[in-house]
Parts: sequence; C-alpha cells; structure tokens
Amino acid sequence: MTTTTVAKAAPVLTATGVTMRFGGLTAVRSVDLDVHPGEIVGLIGPNGAGKTTFFNCLTGLYIPTEGRVSYRGTVLPPKPHLVTQAGVARTFQNIRLFANMTVLENVLVGRHTRTKEGLWSALLRGPGFKRAEAASKQRAMQLLEFTGLADKADHLSRNLPYGEQRKLEIARALASDPGLLLLDEPTAGMNPQETRATEELVFAIRETGTAVLVIEHDMRFIFNLCDRVAVLVQGEKLVEGSSDVVQSDERVIAAYLGTPFEGAPGAEEAAAVEAAEDQAAQQSTSARTEDGQ
Amino acid sequence: MTTDISKATGTATAPAPRTTLLRALTAAGGLAAMASTFLAWTWTSDFPGDLTVYGYPGGLQILTLALGLATLAFALAALNVRGLRWLTPTGSTKPLRLLALGTFATTWFTLIAIAVSQGGLVNLEPGGWVAAVATAVPVATTLLLPDDTRPLCRPVPLPSWADILIIAAVFTLGLYVVNYGIQTDEDNPEPFIGYLIALCFAATALLRAGLITRLSGLTSAYRSLTLVAALVTAIVFPFTQDKASYTELGVNIAIFATVALGLNIVVGLAGLLDLGYVAFLGVGAYTAALVSGSAASTIHVTFPFWAAMLTGALVSLIFGVVIGAPTLRLRGDYLAIVTLGFGEIFRIAVSNLDGTSGPSVTNGPNGVPNIPPLKIFGFSFDDDHSFAGLTLDSNSNYYLLMLLVTVIVVLIFSRAGNSRIGRAWVAIREDETAATAMGINGFRVKLIAFALGATLAGVAGTIWAHVQTTVVPEQYVFAGPVPPNSTFLLAAVILGGMGTIGGPLLGAALLFLIPEKLEFLQDYQLLAFGIALILLMRFRPEGIIPNRRQQLEYHETGQLDVPDQAALSGSTVGVTKAEA
Repeated sequence: MTTTTVAKAAPVLTATGVTMRFGGLTAVRSVDLDVHPGEIVGLIGPNGAGKTTFFNCLTGLYIPTEGRVSYRGTVLPPKPHLVTQAGVARTFQNIRLFANMTVLENVLVGRHTRTKEGLWSALLRGPGFKRAEAASKQRAMQLLEFTGLADKADHLSRNLPYGEQRKLEIARALASDPGLLLLDEPTAGMNPQETRATEELVFAIRETGTAVLVIEHDMRFIFNLCDRVAVLVQGEKLVEGSSDVVQSDERVIAAYLGTPFEGAPGAEEAAAVEAAEDQAAQQSTSARTEDGQ
Repeated sequence: MTTDISKATGTATAPAPRTTLLRALTAAGGLAAMASTFLAWTWTSDFPGDLTVYGYPGGLQILTLALGLATLAFALAALNVRGLRWLTPTGSTKPLRLLALGTFATTWFTLIAIAVSQGGLVNLEPGGWVAAVATAVPVATTLLLPDDTRPLCRPVPLPSWADILIIAAVFTLGLYVVNYGIQTDEDNPEPFIGYLIALCFAATALLRAGLITRLSGLTSAYRSLTLVAALVTAIVFPFTQDKASYTELGVNIAIFATVALGLNIVVGLAGLLDLGYVAFLGVGAYTAALVSGSAASTIHVTFPFWAAMLTGALVSLIFGVVIGAPTLRLRGDYLAIVTLGFGEIFRIAVSNLDGTSGPSVTNGPNGVPNIPPLKIFGFSFDDDHSFAGLTLDSNSNYYLLMLLVTVIVVLIFSRAGNSRIGRAWVAIREDETAATAMGINGFRVKLIAFALGATLAGVAGTIWAHVQTTVVPEQYVFAGPVPPNSTFLLAAVILGGMGTIGGPLLGAALLFLIPEKLEFLQDYQLLAFGIALILLMRFRPEGIIPNRRQQLEYHETGQLDVPDQAALSGSTVGVTKAEA
C-alpha cells in the first residue's frame, strides 16, 4: 500500500541515461533510476557491474559522460561538496572515516554544510558562533544517540570496532540532514547480528523521512529491506522491481550463476550423479549404525 | 608484565629490606653529589664558570647541585618520607634512575671536559674525584632497584590557593630554567651542553614520575590563570636579563616561534606541506622595508608602523592567494615540490628586481639597508625608556611588541583550530575525498589555511625587517646555516609537535638557541638538523609536545585505545533504543 502512495509523489532522485566511460571501457551504460521519498531502493549486481561507479556519478565524484542526475527536480552540480549541500549524503564501500578525529568530531564535520560560521566568526567568537557550535554539538550527539555511539563520543574513530565504524559513517552522513542517503555496502564484513542491527538502523532512518539507496551483496539483507531492487549487470540495468520480481527473474539468476552452455552435463548425467551420491550416503549411514552396535 | 605488577604491589605494601637499603644509598649518593659541588673540581679558572672555589658551587656545578637535590628528594619520596610522596605519582624507580643518570652524565661530562680542555686528569682537584664517585653510586643502586610503576591515581584535592601557588611556582621555576640556558656563556660550548644534558634527563624524569600529567591536569583546571601566568612570565623575561644580547635572543626566538606557529596552521592542521613558507616572511619584511622611509627604498613613502604592518599583512595575503590558487589543486608531494619552487622564485625574483635585470623595486642583491627604528605614536623603539624604575632598552621594546604579536597568533591558532573551519582542515588532512563528500569545499578551505598562514608570516616579517634593519634576498633561502629558512621553520614545527601551540614555540626556541650557543655546530648545522630529525622520527615521531591525536596515532597505548566492556554493552543498549 505504501508503495502505491509513494509512487505518486515526485521522486527525490532521478537519474536518466547515466553513462560513464573510462576511455574505451563503458562502466555504466544508460542507467535510469528513480528514488521516491520514503523509499528504500536496493542496487545489486555481480562484482564489477558498475554499482559504485554509478554511485560516484550520483554524488559528483565522477562527472557522467552522458546523462543527467537531478535531486528534487534540480540537476545536481558535478562537485561532491555541492551534491552534499543539495541533500544527497553517502557512505563509502571501504570505510573512509577521519581516523584521527574523535567520533563526535567526525559527526561535526558532517554538519559542515548545514552551518556557515567562517574564519572571522571563529576568531571573534561572538554569541552567534557559540550558539551555532552548541547547536551543532547537540545535533551530533542526537545522531550518535540514534546510532548507539553516544557513549563513545570522545573515542578516536580509528579505535572503534569495525561494525561501529560503519555506524559512525552513517551517522556522519546523516549529519548533513540529507533527503537521500546512499549506502555503499553497509554490511560488508559484518556478522549476522550486526547485519540485523544495520537493517533496523536503515528502517529507522526511513522513519525520519530520508530516502535510502543501498548497494549490497547480502541478498537476504536486500530483500528484507528494500521496497524496490534494481539489478545492474555489466553496466546496464537488467531489471527493476519488487523483491519477488527480481528474485524470480531468470536473467538475474543467469547473471549471478551463469547459464548452461552448449554440451553441458545433461539430465541423464545429473541423475546418475545424484543416484550415486544417494547410494554413498546410505552406505555410510548404515556403516555408522553398524559401528554403533 | 604481570610479574612487574605483582612486584610493584609487593613493594607498595612492604618494601623488601634490600630495596629500602638501595633507596637509602641513592639518597646518600644524591646528598654526596650535592656536597661535592661545594668543593673545588679544578684548580684552574680557565674552565668556563668558576669551579675552583671551596665553599659555594659555580658554573656547571650548579647543575649537579640541582640534579643531586632532585635525586635526594625523589629517593626520600621512594622511602615514603611524609610530605614528599606527591613527587612520584606513577612510581619512583624510573624517575630516580633517570635523575641518577642525569646527575652522572652532567657531572662526568664536566669532569671529562675539564680534563680534555685543560690537558689531562691532573687538572682535577680532589673535589672532582669526590663528585665522580658520588654521582656514580646512585646510578648503580637505582639500576638494581625493582620497577614500581603504578597507574596514576586521583590527585589529593588541595585548596585552590595552593593550586594557584603551585602554578606560580612552576612558571617561576620555568623562567629560571630558561634564563639559565639563555644566559650561558656564548664563547664556550661546555656550559650549554651540560645544560642540555641536565634538561633532557630532568624533563624525562618528571614525565616518567607522572608530574607532567599532574601539572597538565592542574593547568587545564585553571586555564585562564595559567594563560595569565604564562603571559606574565613572558613579559617579565626581558627584565631578568643582564645583557642586551640575551634579550635579543628572546626577540629572535619570539619572531621565529610566531612564524613557525603560522606554518603550523598550514602543515599541522590542514596537512599542506609547504616548503617555501619563508617567502611569505620575506614578502612581509620587504613590504615593511619599502614603506619604512629607508633611504635605499625605491618607494619614497613613510608609513606609520600600524599601516606598514597592515600593508605587509595584506601583501602577504595577496601573495598567499596568488600562489595558493594554482598550487592547492595539487596534493601531497606535488604540492611540496611546487611550494619549494615558489619559495625559490621569490628569492630569485627579488634579487633581480634591481633596475638592470628587471624593474627597479627591491634594490636587487643589496636589499634595503638602514631601515629606521620603529616608532609607534612617538614611542621610539631604539631608545631606552624608563617606567617606574624599570628600564626598557631597544631589545626589550621589540621583544614586548613581538610578544603581543605572538599572543595574537596563539589566539588565532587556537580559535581557528577549534571551530568549524579548523575541523574542516583536519578532515581534509585526514581524507580529502571523504571530506569533500561531507560537503567541504576542499579547495576553498585549503586556500583559507594557506592565506592565513601567509598573512601571519607577513605580520611577523614586518617586525623582523625593523629588528634586522636590513633585508636582503639571501635571508630567504630554502635551507641555510642561519634562520630563517624554510627548513628551519618546518623542522621547528616537526620537532616541537605538529598541530599544537606549544610545539612550534619550543621547537623554534631550541633550534634557534642550540646553534647560537654552540658555535662549533654552526658549520654542521644542516647535518645536525638531519641527524636530529632522523632520531626524532625513530624515537618520538609525534614531536616533543604531542598533539593528543598524534600521540594516539603513533603509540597504541592511549587510554582511549582500549574499548572497555562497559562502553561496549552500553552501545548495544543504544542500538536497541534506535530500533524501538
């Protein structure tokens, strides 16, 4: 029901015909993608499919060779800091925290676009500066509370355990009050509990009204989480749709597992192998029961 | 490690009789070392400082006396003498060992220096032999003492007047120690070498005893009071000097320390390796010289000093932006090479703007001589002035003016560093890609740091021109035997500690004072620089005064390093809250 209502609202992010070429290599080919407010969209695909390149095109790290990315109807400028200022925040596939800053300072850096105290106000320390600084700190602590890192605010971020570094990256991205959050493999290297916690966190972020676009390899995570999933294969968008549609699409399965080639082992061979395996299993179980007696 | 701990707790409850005996012997050794300084160590007064007198210590003997006293006090503290236990909050053996070694090294250095410079051991009086034995005993005994390192405990709360007295006493002592170093004889290197040896060991001993940590706790509790005390000490400094040349050392140290602090914004905070920073000092100095009304100046104008200072700052700012705008698009090594090039371009351009190879602006290699002394509202900086019984000579005038500038630069550094823009600088230094993804306009923020650093160097340059009375292009080289040069400034920042306020101040003071006092080193200054920096990178990469961040970066033992169990369980509670 929710999906039908959000589908009517104007999309937060519209990518039309995004193409990225590096010399002769086309990493992303004419990809269209919409993200609507309050939606969680997944982006999956085999390694090297161009997912992160597509992300970099969205956030201004790369300037797409062709195509257009617009946020709430305005075309995004091709500079990362202006994209963040417009309201699109991101995390990185390989964690890129400011390792030697404290947890709180990391989030405060994330507030950069939402505050504007320059050098002069820092030097003069007027009441406006103090107010802005206090407000930034309060908002940062709120976000640390939200991600469960509040009691580690004074730790250096490099000393956090892996899972918490991932959370801090999300908190830092949220600090710019984004309308759209891009998560690049937020659960890579996490154990099932941590993955589950991240899932809850992403749902909680959606509750606050931020749309989420997430790249992930963990299929269970993606299909639990996302309202819509897009599959990228060799730089092209293969399918887009709900979890069920994507899961049952033959082309997706083929992209991940491969297709049977000419002269592949036929049904007869497969049946023979299976029968042999069954027999072996029976023999071994009967042998074990004999041993027990 | 665990055996050490069990030993430490064992000695804390009931020290073994052997330990007590060793500690008593150490105390006796310290006392004997003190006593020996009242004897004559040599018969000849050719050795610097008068070590020939029975009855009172002189010259290098004072260092042995002070270190002997410290050894005695720490040994008594180790023996649990009431009223002295505050000396060793984190254990007594390590500081005792360092103090004993320091006493030994200083004394034996003195004795060997006597023997070498005067030609043989015959020049030693019996007092010298007594000192040699008396200082060797504590070394032997402290080496045998068991390690009793313990974690720092919570300090006993003192009434606030006592805390204030302690801060005052520390600054008075600090001034005395600095003065001792500055007032050592320039003609003979021995006293200053002895001073450096004693200072190194004593400072390390205080650090190991936990007293430095205690003190920094105290100073952060009384922040504004400490700042006032530091300022008062700095103001009092010129009045405690008996020679004008000592105050002049102070002026030079203040100038280079200020410039190094400006460089620290660029290198330490924003992480931009600038190898041509001295050019901005040159821009400020040349601007001030040209508008000073000097006869050699090509522009025949005389600005009042405040206007000259503002002009110098403005011109440096413009140069900073002009040089920064194209170069700051580069990163890392490329930026270093380009700034190095611009530093050299400045020097070569200035020596060619002489009217024959180029337009006549700077008077070429001759520079601008005879810069008139400063005058602010009729207050001439070259004359002596008397106020309430105190006489300010020319150097003191410049020193106090420079001190004012230093204070302003310190304020700028600390305020800018601890703000939105300062965090952006550090973020850029840590990871530029992530920083721009957080919405930081990397180029703009870096340009602000670069221009601010240039402006501060320019301000210092305007005063430097008047102190020197001459500006010539050859002062502003990349590396050279006399400061200022870019290598000197960068070494001051790295030696002292990047990203801190105290670091560049201390680094510039040491790097300026050591070649000044040890003339024989001057030919080998660059070699000594190189060796010192290599040793520093090996043993203390974060600098003498480390930034909290850097200390944790290089040593994995910081308190914040170990995520404690309580914090871990707390964070999971936080997650469930977020889920709810």
